[in-house]
Amino acid sequence: MVEFFTTNPFGILILTVVKALLILGPLLVAVAMMTLAERKIMAAIQLRRGPNVVGPFGLLQPFADAIKMLMKETIIPTGANRTLFLMAPMLTFALAMIAWAVIPVNDGWAIADINVGILYLFAVSSLGVYGIIIAGWASNSKYPFLGALRSAAQMVSYEVSMGFVIVTVLLCVGSMNLNAIVKAQETIWFVIPLFPMAVIFFISTLAETNRSPFDLPEGESEIVAGFFVEYSSMSFALFFLGEYANMFLMAAMTTILFLGGWLAPFGIEPFTWIPGPIWFILKICAVMFVFVWVRATFPRYRYDQLMRLGWKVFLPFSLFYLVLVAGVLLAFGWLPTAA
Amino acid sequence: MAFLDRTARSFLLAELVSGMALTLKYFFKKKATINYPYERQALSPRFRGEHGLRRYANGEERCIACKLCEAVCPAQAITIEAEPREDGSRRTTRYDIDMTKCIYCGLCEEACPVDAIVEGPNLEFATETREELLYNKAKLLENGDRWEPAMAARLQQDAPYR
Repeated sequence: MVEFFTTNPFGILILTVVKALLILGPLLVAVAMMTLAERKIMAAIQLRRGPNVVGPFGLLQPFADAIKMLMKETIIPTGANRTLFLMAPMLTFALAMIAWAVIPVNDGWAIADINVGILYLFAVSSLGVYGIIIAGWASNSKYPFLGALRSAAQMVSYEVSMGFVIVTVLLCVGSMNLNAIVKAQETIWFVIPLFPMAVIFFISTLAETNRSPFDLPEGESEIVAGFFVEYSSMSFALFFLGEYANMFLMAAMTTILFLGGWLAPFGIEPFTWIPGPIWFILKICAVMFVFVWVRATFPRYRYDQLMRLGWKVFLPFSLFYLVLVAGVLLAFGWLPTAA
Repeated sequence: MAFLDRTARSFLLAELVSGMALTLKYFFKKKATINYPYERQALSPRFRGEHGLRRYANGEERCIACKLCEAVCPAQAITIEAEPREDGSRRTTRYDIDMTKCIYCGLCEEACPVDAIVEGPNLEFATETREELLYNKAKLLENGDRWEPAMAARLQQDAPYR
């Protein structure tokens, strides 16, 4: 029986699909709950209560929202390019999902434990901009178009410094395998030696996922809702799910690169009793909390400030820090040997 | 030196961190909103809510059809028709308030010489159609009967300041 699942191609397919469902099911529930958590956290910070009527503590609110979305009509504007218009949200959603293939939830618990995992993640997260650009272009309307342009420029800008941060981590690990990256943090989480890079990475992920304070592509006060203006019903819901799944993905990346993935803090006794996946989930939740916390705290950046921060602050700083780290590793002979 | 100070602050994200500390402090504060349908705030005796036509203790309606409320109403929401009753007393045959016109200024209540028309403490009288908000005499009398204890208590509490 075990042989069927490991050798027979059909068996491998079934096994992979089951694994994928095991990751995506909880992920989608987490996304649903995140929409609630976000509203609750923001409400708490603003001394409000947030949704508390549907179900205990409003726990069923996301499902009520989902049902509402499903019941609504999908409106396609006359001038829109139908195919692209409907493809864009699907693309965003699919891209947010496939990235999870390489995320290790525990030691070796990844659907695809490939040796260029981080490269794959980086590539998939870069593709995310296509969904937004296509949505903006296919809507054939002014605000979506402006939103899409902003989004494209922003994501490209911040990807550069994110790339440098990732390279820095790779220098310290000597492998692009996500499993190996986490294992390299057994002695110390990278957030401590590479703290500035962790901060830059986190801020860049905010920009990458179009989150506040970098939510210019949506920018309610200026361009209504940016690239989603023309979307309604399920196509809107798919965008929404995709965005939140992307946030989770970025939180997972932050966790893997800097917060030691599934590793228990300090690797000492009482903490190690809790299994790895739980730690992984807890860390992701903590990062997600900071996402929301930041959203509730800061006002939106102006567009030129955003670009200045990306190109004139983060890029030189991360480049400098990359060289510094490389220099230190080389000078002290700490470079990891190719394993 | 000032330049160094400023640069150091911006690189250490000093302002961002202090801002986030502030919001985190608020995160743990007591909520300012009350859980409305389950918790309510105290209403002042002067609160001007839904109208009611009151009666005397013997069941006789107070309104004597003087039409002062109709005259004073700035929104012209009140319509009154009156004729003498069989026993010779003046009573209204029609007393309508268009609640969609009413601005809840309370002038009708102030104008009334017999405390017949009173704005009670009820603020939850939303309806699904506009027609339901065109109150007639029967509806107003019913409101008066329903809220009589509260209305009387409030009038009494506010009386010293009138």
